[in-house]
Amino acid sequence: MPQTVVVVGASLGGLRAAEQLRAQGFGGSVVVVGDEPHLPYNRPPLSKESLLGSGPDVTAEELAAGLAFRPRASATGIEWLLGQPAASADLRARTVTLADGTVLPYDALVVATGLRPRRLPQAEPAAGRHVVRTAGDAARLRREVGPGTRAVVVGAGFIGCETAATLHTLGCDVVVVEPFPVPMVRGVGTDVGAALLAHHRGAGVRFITGQGVSELRGEGRVDAVVLDDGTVIVCDVVVESVGSHCNTEWLAGNGLDLSDGLLCDNDLHVEGRPDVVAVGDIARFPNPRFDDVPRRVEHWSIPGDSARRAASSVIAHLSGEPLEAPPFAPLPAFWSDQFGLRLQSFGSPGLADSVEVAEGSLDRLTDGAAVVYRRSGATVGVLLVNIPVARHPHYRSLVLASDQLV
Amino acid sequence: MKVIVDMNLCQDHGQCAIAAPEVFRMDESSRLVFEAEPDESMRQYVEDAIDVCPVQAIFLED
Repeated sequence: MPQTVVVVGASLGGLRAAEQLRAQGFGGSVVVVGDEPHLPYNRPPLSKESLLGSGPDVTAEELAAGLAFRPRASATGIEWLLGQPAASADLRARTVTLADGTVLPYDALVVATGLRPRRLPQAEPAAGRHVVRTAGDAARLRREVGPGTRAVVVGAGFIGCETAATLHTLGCDVVVVEPFPVPMVRGVGTDVGAALLAHHRGAGVRFITGQGVSELRGEGRVDAVVLDDGTVIVCDVVVESVGSHCNTEWLAGNGLDLSDGLLCDNDLHVEGRPDVVAVGDIARFPNPRFDDVPRRVEHWSIPGDSARRAASSVIAHLSGEPLEAPPFAPLPAFWSDQFGLRLQSFGSPGLADSVEVAEGSLDRLTDGAAVVYRRSGATVGVLLVNIPVARHPHYRSLVLASDQLV
Repeated sequence: MKVIVDMNLCQDHGQCAIAAPEVFRMDESSRLVFEAEPDESMRQYVEDAIDVCPVQAIFLED
């Protein structure tokens, strides 16, 4: 009997896991399950180029096709079961059950089900409210926006800020509402967040910070947002970018800790199970580059890095060979484009206890600024804003040089 | 092995130059330069560079 690996999740993490199983020599069956009807596609452009470059009639299919990943040539014989989610799993019996009742037995399971957007708690009004995660989300939003559209973006994380910049460029009248004093504070800290706030305001986006949303008004369709202090913002659409939930509910009943993704060891085994690994946004793993605390990392680089190690772990288990590999210590990286600023980060700025501007000035981000983030004196991250890319390796090496690896 | 970069897609992120510095590099003016027909021994690194390109601009032809 050939062995079967079931990969649940058909986005970047699931694709890379399937590719890496083949690249590392797994010759058995690889089945990838995805809830969306599309083959894996690249999500970051959805809040940027995809919205900007499409007309209001664009479909989810067109957006997904335009952003489709090209799988590696070596990734042959992969079975894609798309358009329905996994409903449950029995980790003792080693089966995954799909929404239509199909039961998939496996020898090893790769969990790559990722995140879905959190929503504001108000259930009503339901129409005119958007998130930006999938191609379908982006197509629905694009249909409802154009020059003069009054848009409220709730939540000023990276996706909120990118979406706000994009909607402004499309001619919308945009207000961003954020409970924290500055945007993107979790990713870049207070000082850089304040500088980015000034940049966005300078570009013409209104920001109301230190305020949450207390009420959504409208009959059936949202027509105003009410803030904590009673301010009423009349609007045509609301974009909710208020964080995310891990898609792990389908794993309930197996005795796993599902409080924050899936708890993994450094080889990405889920809670010590040799036949279950996690990949991407939902993998909560210790990174010895920083310390031994398991954390989830919601950066684009992590699905690829974690898929490689998870595939090695699966192949070692299925072949009965020990996994011989150095500690899994990926260097997180993310980028963001906002109003003529290219942000590039290496490492984990969010872990820092001190911040230093190593080059340029936060008052003139457009001219370039490099920010170094340290924890107990060790460089844990850098953020480069409009720094020529030829100099990125230098700053990246600062993080690599001071890692905590033993 | 032939490496092709769609320069209409490339946004000079520079991730390929980190993944495969023997094949890709950013010159002094931060523009991409690359080896169009690298040695076969570079295949794995070119595939890594393809993986990490945020805009999927790199193509590999045999």
